[in-house]
Amino acid sequence: MKPFLRQFVAHRGAVVGLVLLLVVILVAAFASVWFAQSPWTMVGQPLLKPFESGEFPLGTDMLGRDIGAGLAYGARVSLLIGVTSTLVAVCLGVLIGAVAGYKGGAIDDLLMRFTEFFQTIPQFAMALVLVAIFTPSIYSIVGAITIVSWPPVARLVRSEFLSLKQREFVQAAVVIGQRPMRIVFTQILPNAMSPIIVTASLMTATAILTESSLSFLGLGDRNLMSWGYMIGAARTMLREAAWMSLMPGLAILVTVLAINLIGEGLNDALNPQLRKRGD
Amino acid sequence: MHNATHKAGAALLSVEGLTVRLPRLGDRPYAVRDLSFTLDKGEILCIVGESGSGKSICANAIMGLLPGYLTPESGRILYQGTDLLQQSEETLQGLRGRKLGMIFQEPMSALNPIMTVGEQIAEVMAVHNDRPGKARQARTLELLELVGLPEPGKLQHAYPFRLSGGQRQRVMIAMALALEPDILIADEPTTALDVTTQAQILALIKQIQLVMRMGVMFITHDFGVVADIADRVAVMEKGILVEQGPAAEVLNRPSHAYTRRLIDAVPHRRSAAAAEAGSKRGGETPVLDVRQLTKSYSVPDGLFRKRHVVAVQDVSFTVQRGRTLGIVGESGSGKSTIGKCLLKLVGIDSGQILFNGSDIAQMSQAEFRPMRKNVQMVFQDPFASLNPRHTVGRIVMDGQLANGVARGKAEHRTRELLRLVELHVGAFDRYPGEFSGGQRQRIGIARALALDPQLLVADELLSALDASVQAQVLQLLMKLQAQLQIAMVFITHDLRVAANICHHIAVMHRGRIVEEGTPEQVFTAPRHEYTRKLIAATPGQSWEPPRLALAA
Repeated sequence: MKPFLRQFVAHRGAVVGLVLLLVVILVAAFASVWFAQSPWTMVGQPLLKPFESGEFPLGTDMLGRDIGAGLAYGARVSLLIGVTSTLVAVCLGVLIGAVAGYKGGAIDDLLMRFTEFFQTIPQFAMALVLVAIFTPSIYSIVGAITIVSWPPVARLVRSEFLSLKQREFVQAAVVIGQRPMRIVFTQILPNAMSPIIVTASLMTATAILTESSLSFLGLGDRNLMSWGYMIGAARTMLREAAWMSLMPGLAILVTVLAINLIGEGLNDALNPQLRKRGD
Repeated sequence: MHNATHKAGAALLSVEGLTVRLPRLGDRPYAVRDLSFTLDKGEILCIVGESGSGKSICANAIMGLLPGYLTPESGRILYQGTDLLQQSEETLQGLRGRKLGMIFQEPMSALNPIMTVGEQIAEVMAVHNDRPGKARQARTLELLELVGLPEPGKLQHAYPFRLSGGQRQRVMIAMALALEPDILIADEPTTALDVTTQAQILALIKQIQLVMRMGVMFITHDFGVVADIADRVAVMEKGILVEQGPAAEVLNRPSHAYTRRLIDAVPHRRSAAAAEAGSKRGGETPVLDVRQLTKSYSVPDGLFRKRHVVAVQDVSFTVQRGRTLGIVGESGSGKSTIGKCLLKLVGIDSGQILFNGSDIAQMSQAEFRPMRKNVQMVFQDPFASLNPRHTVGRIVMDGQLANGVARGKAEHRTRELLRLVELHVGAFDRYPGEFSGGQRQRIGIARALALDPQLLVADELLSALDASVQAQVLQLLMKLQAQLQIAMVFITHDLRVAANICHHIAVMHRGRIVEEGTPEQVFTAPRHEYTRKLIAATPGQSWEPPRLALAA
């Protein structure tokens, strides 16, 4: 693991991304400590500009809600949805891709046509429709994002499995009498992990964007403050109070950028072909 | 040293004190160190060494093709009196191709796949503005004719993928010869080729060298090849030239310990195993009895059609306890397919595979799984056959765990096995990446033996290893087989190796066994024409390696 860490740390962008993401995670974790009040309650004068009042350094919105509190609680929602939907999508994608790649033949054909069916529908349109049908809630949002984001994972895992199962060490595992399930999970999957981890990190960023877009369009969970909702609510006052959209916008930008930087760092550190680069 | 044997200035090419430093963190400080040798007009100098000995670096230094991180630190490379290391890139470009020709190891990757053969040969002349117009076309045909390619008129319009490996190497040679260079550098030009093709290419190089009076620097690891073509030999070990001299001298009276070790690793034609081959075990039922095995693959042909390619046809053989059957053949002969069929890694079309009397070909994978421990395999590529993410201990132990051995017992047995294959016990907790090719192959053997198999299939287990390592691994395998009385199927392309260790040999050609018998019979009285061709193509016919005492 040591060369991996060295490589990752050598990637400056990745370290910056990691620090930024840690800050976001800390803010999300301590949101209720710093902001005892719910982000929905009106706590001050409406439309306070940032730094105008010492009490609300990030300003207030048109209803006098603290934007700082909104950002902190919104970070919880963004991270929660981003991570959960990615985890579920990766599990689903790995399962389908692994079965298709390992079994091959008719099962492979069937599963891949099924995967393509999902890939032919524009991702965001499908997420939108799914959330609208199942009424907006955190569960329907996570479900919708999962359903639109597993197909690329399945295809990636399938192609990795197709090439790995031809390798001699997998044949050796067959020869010593290991069962197929054991071969899949102890021989092949660990060797396919690197690209899966990289894809997963980038998917988290996409999931956060999708959640924000859904909330922006008013399809967010009504009980949870989210960055997308904040931008959506502020868009009518874009000229009068630009900071109201700017602050959550920056939060999304920073988080997604941080995750992408980490993903790129992971890619360089985990990919043995790239590891030689520059040496 | 070179001044003693050759007059200074008379040499076509002379390398003097060449030293190339390796980047830091390498396994040694120098790629080549204080290298001095000469190449005369009209002679073939063989540079011999194992992988990593610096022989290719030396060739690339002469051509000025060293990668950026390797720069010659000191020394001179004199070509007709001018130091190539001091020349500008433009001057070198003028020399490369025109005065210095080179042939590479991989004919598959050295040709441009989207240019026809004729265009590629003509291009060599075009970059040097040689023979413009019609003459260039004529010269291309002449070259194709010279390197012995059939129907040059047609073949010049073919793309490289249409040609076989041997034909591609001939095209490479034609390109290198296009401008009649003074020096031809051949970097393992026959390593990727089959024996019979190798013999043809070697003959071609030798013949052309005689006609054109070139100086040829031929890099190889095979002493058989050296014996066939070399006028003089230089032996390299870890970047240092340890011995050089006339071929007969070095081959038969090697003075340096390393040369002795290399020559000692060359398989001898006759051996102890072969001698006792005649004594047949009567009456005993064979461990493995293969009857009329046939296997074909269907490969896509065009967009929708499929074509059946018969890989193995009507192959029958038996193997008894403690005996070794050698299956010998060139690439594409179907020998590896047989190995896979025996282990049920691929299905078969028809025939029977009787293991201790029961037909395993009929069994489903699940039915066969409990029997798998009896039939084990050592794989060809030691770098691909060990899971890079598992420790050596786990790799060897996994098979026992899969077959229901308790963990503690399996662990104990694994340590015992690592000792048996002469690996350090500390290997248990380390990863395959930390081991050399030969050590990895030992791990592969330990894995196979962990299940106490009755039948061991070894598929080209030596082909990825250096000569001296080959000899060690082979010795180990023989010793273990004698100890454990395992029946073995040894698949190889090398007739010399097969003759050395097998009790019985089957020669395969295009999916069929064309000849079988004891090594003695096959070698001294081959009945089939193909066997005769194969034996004739074996390099180093005229040279029987001296039996050296490895005292030094």
